[in-house]
Amino acid sequence: MRPKLGIGQRLIQLGVLILILVAWYVGTLPGHINPLLLPPPAPVFKDFWQLLTNSSIWPDLWVTVHEWLVAVAIAAVAGCTLGYIISRSAYAVRVFDPLLAGIYSIPAILLFPLYLLFFGLGSGSKIAIGTTIAFFPVVLNTIAGLANVDKAYIRAAQSMGANDFQLFWSVMLPAAFPVVLTGLRLGCIIAFLAILGGETISSLAGLGHRIVSLAENMESAQMFANIVFAVLMAFIINGVVSFAEARGRRGFQ
Amino acid sequence: MTLLDSKQGNSHDPRRKMEQNVNRGEAIIKVEGVSQAFGAEGDPRRVVALESATLDIARGELLSLIGPSGCGKSTLLNIIGGLTTPTTGRVTIDGQVVKGPSPQKVAYVFQENTLFPWRTVIDNVKLGMAFQGVAKGERHERARHSLEAVGLLDFSDHYPAQLSGGMKQRVQLARALGLQTEVLLMDEPFAALDEQTRMVLGEDLSVLLARTGKTIIFVTHSLVEAVFLADRVAVLTARPGKIKRIIDIEEPHPRKSEFMTSAKLGNLRNELYGLLHDEIRKTMTHQPAEAGAGA
Repeated sequence: MRPKLGIGQRLIQLGVLILILVAWYVGTLPGHINPLLLPPPAPVFKDFWQLLTNSSIWPDLWVTVHEWLVAVAIAAVAGCTLGYIISRSAYAVRVFDPLLAGIYSIPAILLFPLYLLFFGLGSGSKIAIGTTIAFFPVVLNTIAGLANVDKAYIRAAQSMGANDFQLFWSVMLPAAFPVVLTGLRLGCIIAFLAILGGETISSLAGLGHRIVSLAENMESAQMFANIVFAVLMAFIINGVVSFAEARGRRGFQ
Repeated sequence: MTLLDSKQGNSHDPRRKMEQNVNRGEAIIKVEGVSQAFGAEGDPRRVVALESATLDIARGELLSLIGPSGCGKSTLLNIIGGLTTPTTGRVTIDGQVVKGPSPQKVAYVFQENTLFPWRTVIDNVKLGMAFQGVAKGERHERARHSLEAVGLLDFSDHYPAQLSGGMKQRVQLARALGLQTEVLLMDEPFAALDEQTRMVLGEDLSVLLARTGKTIIFVTHSLVEAVFLADRVAVLTARPGKIKRIIDIEEPHPRKSEFMTSAKLGNLRNELYGLLHDEIRKTMTHQPAEAGAGA
């Protein structure tokens, strides 16, 4: 676990954020950057506040969150199941682990045009790209976690008479759990990024869709407000998932 | 607190062992012509770890296995415990051929820490019983008893990571005792500990084990530990390991700390040293690289 940050480090982090805001403010003073390209902070925050107070964003937000939840659920179930099956045999691990790791290194977003053809412009293609991207860290970490359980634990459990189910439930699973959890966290975060990316490329609804259509209408301030909202969402998802990971780890220690 | 605080097994007469030394009982474990080779026949990398070992272990005795690195001591222990299948020969316990782990009869204390880090001390002890098939209602009391026997009842709710190396080994011993098996196999249980800790643990162990009346096979690198704890010390040769000599240690249990400093122990230690010295030289000249086939 990371040591708690001191007040000094917090101040530096805050300082960097303030510096960006100041640069933004100074850069968009009259006579500098064209406000159509980069609107000044004040109207952006005014629009952001409106976004939070009126409910016009909820339908699009729900579309994105729904796509994300479905993608993560499919990736988690498929990744953990396949990872478990592969980890059962050392031979399968030697064959499939490098193969999956190799496929993982291909930028999966390249599949998105294909998914658009297969699943259409709606949620289907976003769920497909989110699932594809989240699947790999989940399956790879499940294999790594289960295949690398200390042999001494297994030997000790067997010497005491553990059957296959007990060995899996009481030894393999808790030993592998932290590694699997890390895979799930990574999957959750990159699935959200992929879905937002997919929505900005081609979609009918969702946060990414909103941002692109506002950009096309030259509503720069509103577009930036929506970007801020999306960034905030990513932060929240990261926070929630990391918190769940830490809790999950502690539950098993 | 030490191992001496045990309330377990008080009904056993400590002198029982002494009598058995004089008039050794029937063999509970028979090792018959056991050989173990790693690698296929004809493969130049084939390593014969153990060659036709034959040995009887009497009920209630403590036998030490000692020999140079890679001579197959741990291999022999794993074969007796059913964790390794021998290439040739067989082992019987109570007349039954060992074909796999026999958790009802044999408990293990391993050299490395095999306590599960995600469970507390008492839950580790209880998990062993769950694996062995002890009824759920009995586990807690039995676990408390065996932790009390090793003097760690106060640490029941600690996690292994919060314990010292010596304490972890005592918890492993408690876990093995909790299984209430007749046979206890100990594979260099104190190897990772400092000399002072292992001396004290050795004394406590002698008292505890004399009370439990178990049949124990104890693998060690330490000549003094072998003499101090055992009824008999089996000396193995360099690889391929054969049983070179078995030395009787005629000294009543539990062993007192005075025995540690006695001339008798010194002489026995020197005798063992004489037997081992040439074997250790052989391993150093013939096997420059450890093949990793198991110590």
